[in-house]
Amino acid sequence: MTIKDHNTRDEVQVVAPLDAPQFRPFTTNVVAQRPAPLSARRLRLGIALETRNLSRAVAGKVLVNDFNVLLIPGEVLAVVGPSGAGKSSFLRLLNRLDEPTGGTVLLDGQDYRQLAPRELRRRVGMVMQTAFLFPGTVAANIAFGPRQRGTPISSEQIEALLQRVGLPSYGDRDVNNLSGGEAQRVSLARTLANSPEVLLLDEPTSALDDASERAIETLVLSIVHERQMACVMITHDMAQAARIADRTMVVEAGHIVAIGPTEEVLHVH
Amino acid sequence: MFTELMTSLTANNIGLGLAQAAAAIVLSLAAVLLARRFAVHAERETAWSLMRGLFQMAMVGVVLALLLQGSLLVGVLILLGMSVAAAATASHRAQGIPDALLVSFYAIAAGSSIVLAVMLATGVLNASIATLVPVGSMIIANAMNACAQSIERFRAEVGAHVGQVEAGLALGAEPAVAVAPYVQSAVYASLLPRLDMLKSLGLVWIPGVMAGMLLSGASPIYAGIYQFIVVAMILAASGLTGLVATLLIRTRAFSPAAQLLLRPAAPR
Repeated sequence: MTIKDHNTRDEVQVVAPLDAPQFRPFTTNVVAQRPAPLSARRLRLGIALETRNLSRAVAGKVLVNDFNVLLIPGEVLAVVGPSGAGKSSFLRLLNRLDEPTGGTVLLDGQDYRQLAPRELRRRVGMVMQTAFLFPGTVAANIAFGPRQRGTPISSEQIEALLQRVGLPSYGDRDVNNLSGGEAQRVSLARTLANSPEVLLLDEPTSALDDASERAIETLVLSIVHERQMACVMITHDMAQAARIADRTMVVEAGHIVAIGPTEEVLHVH
Repeated sequence: MFTELMTSLTANNIGLGLAQAAAAIVLSLAAVLLARRFAVHAERETAWSLMRGLFQMAMVGVVLALLLQGSLLVGVLILLGMSVAAAATASHRAQGIPDALLVSFYAIAAGSSIVLAVMLATGVLNASIATLVPVGSMIIANAMNACAQSIERFRAEVGAHVGQVEAGLALGAEPAVAVAPYVQSAVYASLLPRLDMLKSLGLVWIPGVMAGMLLSGASPIYAGIYQFIVVAMILAASGLTGLVATLLIRTRAFSPAAQLLLRPAAPR
């Protein structure tokens, strides 16, 4: 069906408006934590992040065209689409690693251009496709973010974060001795050390085996719900979107072609 | 000592010099002809380069002979011109970086002028055009290389570590923090050839200043110490130039919103 989603300016194909009740197409221990429809939660929790006509074009090539998206705390939005569709470009605009050529992003109602980039990026954390850990120990990596703003993080806090991501007592390990899954967990813990309000995930499991992928998914979901962060996750895997996302956005050639509850969007696409 | 050297070469030894140059040309051509037996054809290029090199150096001698009569201000203007030419050369390594020519000029001028000023103030250099221009040109030439090496290394390191740099930015790091390891690497790259030069000084090569001083009759011990001083000053100028060039490029590697601009070109 074709309807007008208030999240986008253009008429797009979606299976239900944003405010429709949410259904999760799988059963995990985190499903029980997601009882409320988005509309009710939005009223209660407010809007964590909003993009308004967000666009980016480079050398005449449109990478992101007129994206209008709302995110509420505790919500996971999956962004799916073919390679080169503009998924990563969209994500990089959200924490201003790239500059929009049109539109803007509101973080908790405030235009993000009014925020210092360092403050913005603390509040909008990002986990990249590759962990990109800094040379040294796991603990030094986790302390990196807080150290940038002059807020020391104690070894107890580091250990608590490591336990939360399933790597207890890993603090003294050299990052060169970690597996891909462990490195990605450290990367997640390093981002969480900044206590972000919004979590951006750029295909964080694409290089991992199935078991590690499922473990990271479960971990991300539980942390997102526990901390009530808004989360945007890029994935090329529709099944992964179905497993983790409240809503899914389909992007093609820099345009949003569908956005809505995951089950229904994936049913159409 | 330079005045004496120049005078001896220009006044009495032109004929001898040309004869010696002819011998050097014959030897060079012989080497090229030998290479030809192995299908290496560089005869025309070598002949042209030899003639051009001889002509250029003879012209430099003529210009220097004329300038030796000039004031110190003329020497300063010559060094300024050399710095501009050096900046133009070094900036070729910084294509795509905004203000590459200006960055190179500022870096080379800063490194060279500070060291030359210290050398003049401490009496290591005589305040005469005859010493200022030759020693200054050596320092500027090395500063030029240091500038190019530091820019190239910084660009290569950042280009190879875009992910790490952006991971740092994404965690709230200042751009200076995100690229700190690559600044260190770039400055070290600008120093490394000069450090090797210092290590091999006297063991592998005896540089031109010492050779010139010996030819002009200076004490070998003094000539050796003076050569060390000149190479040490070259090291200082190179380090300063590399540092200034890298810091200036660093500021241009990021947008005002702390976005990395210096990366392999691909629309994102």
